[in-house]
Amino acid sequence: MTPSRVAFAAILAKDLRSELRTLQSLPAMALFAVTTFIIFRFGLDRTSLSGSLASGVLWATLLFAAVLGINRLFVAEREEGGFDAIRLAPIDRSVLFAAKAAALIIYLAALELVAVPIFALFFLDSVAALGPLVSVLLLADLGLAVVGTLISSMAVNSRARDLLVPLVLLPLVVPLMIAASGATEPLLVVGGPGYHRFGTWLMVLGLYDLIFALVGWAVFDFLLED
Amino acid sequence: MLRGAGRRYGERAALRDVSLELEAGQTLVVFGPNGAGKTTLLRMLATLLRPHAGKVRVLGSELPDDGYAVRGRIGFLGHDALLYRELSGRENLRFHARLHGIAGEGAGARIERLLVAAGMDRRGDDRVADLSAGMRQRLAVCRCVLHEPELLLLDEPDSNLDAEGREAARELIGPGSGHSRVVVTHDPERFLPEADQVLRLGIGEVAAVS
Repeated sequence: MTPSRVAFAAILAKDLRSELRTLQSLPAMALFAVTTFIIFRFGLDRTSLSGSLASGVLWATLLFAAVLGINRLFVAEREEGGFDAIRLAPIDRSVLFAAKAAALIIYLAALELVAVPIFALFFLDSVAALGPLVSVLLLADLGLAVVGTLISSMAVNSRARDLLVPLVLLPLVVPLMIAASGATEPLLVVGGPGYHRFGTWLMVLGLYDLIFALVGWAVFDFLLED
Repeated sequence: MLRGAGRRYGERAALRDVSLELEAGQTLVVFGPNGAGKTTLLRMLATLLRPHAGKVRVLGSELPDDGYAVRGRIGFLGHDALLYRELSGRENLRFHARLHGIAGEGAGARIERLLVAAGMDRRGDDRVADLSAGMRQRLAVCRCVLHEPELLLLDEPDSNLDAEGREAARELIGPGSGHSRVVVTHDPERFLPEADQVLRLGIGEVAAVS
């Protein structure tokens, strides 16, 4: 058996190299997020947002931008024979799950590097919340990545992939989004950042991540079977 | 070794009651009309499809339960080249080498040797998307033998290859390459001289071995 870390690094490097060459996911995700912020900016006719409204605008935008990347996560594997290549190799197939989730986390982090400063520029009076917000973003990204990888691998063989991913993914990430919004809200209150129940929401995020990471690791091998 | 092996797709039997035994170093040529189950048989032997009936043993391991023991010892050349279009030939081969646990200078030297043998060394840095179908097939042949498998499963190995490509492929995956081989073809005359055994598959028929 090939060591899992070697296979993990090979698949992750391959995905990142392909994305850097084709730019099939990241620009679309970033453009969607920026456009949505512009629409909110003029639609709400507000120069600043705070509390739950700010948190909702941020997370709704990031979630739907993430769906664009999740939709395309396994397309190369499906269309260019990557699934067969990986199934023919002497590797633990769950490594593919871990590598794809890691690639998605990197895409989401890159998206947030663009989207969050623009969100702050459009809607926030102070950037003091951005520091603690990083921990919320990291935990929410991990949850989105593990659930998104699982759903994307199931949907990729369907012709209705673009419909199936949001249809199955969105209900599953409702608890994640509630926790992420709950943790973000006190950070964005007027005069903030505040930390009311911040730790509790972070623990909920961590628990969600742990459960779905374990579920994904356990079932992914069966998803790759014919 | 197969004993009464079969495979269904829903209600339709794609492969029925196939029994044969192939010794190490031998070549089995499989032919039959479209839809007779040739590719299904090959994918079953490659651990990509589970058998629904009978016994399938490959390289001493029972499938599907011991599939992990077989992967890495099989070279599979199917309809798809299993190459990523946005990566170059060399990058694709490096990726496959790493998946098979081949790393470092040994991997690089082996990749270069194969590219030269396949006549692809000068186009090895081109994106696969920019290569002709024949060149992709040459790279696929390199990929197929990169990890020095014991058993080759070849589905129409000559497809898209010109005379020079066929000669290069013959060197790498032909009867003199030292591998056990299962060759699926629509052109039995081309491969019959290389065959130690022949399997004829018919639609809905029990397979005939000679």
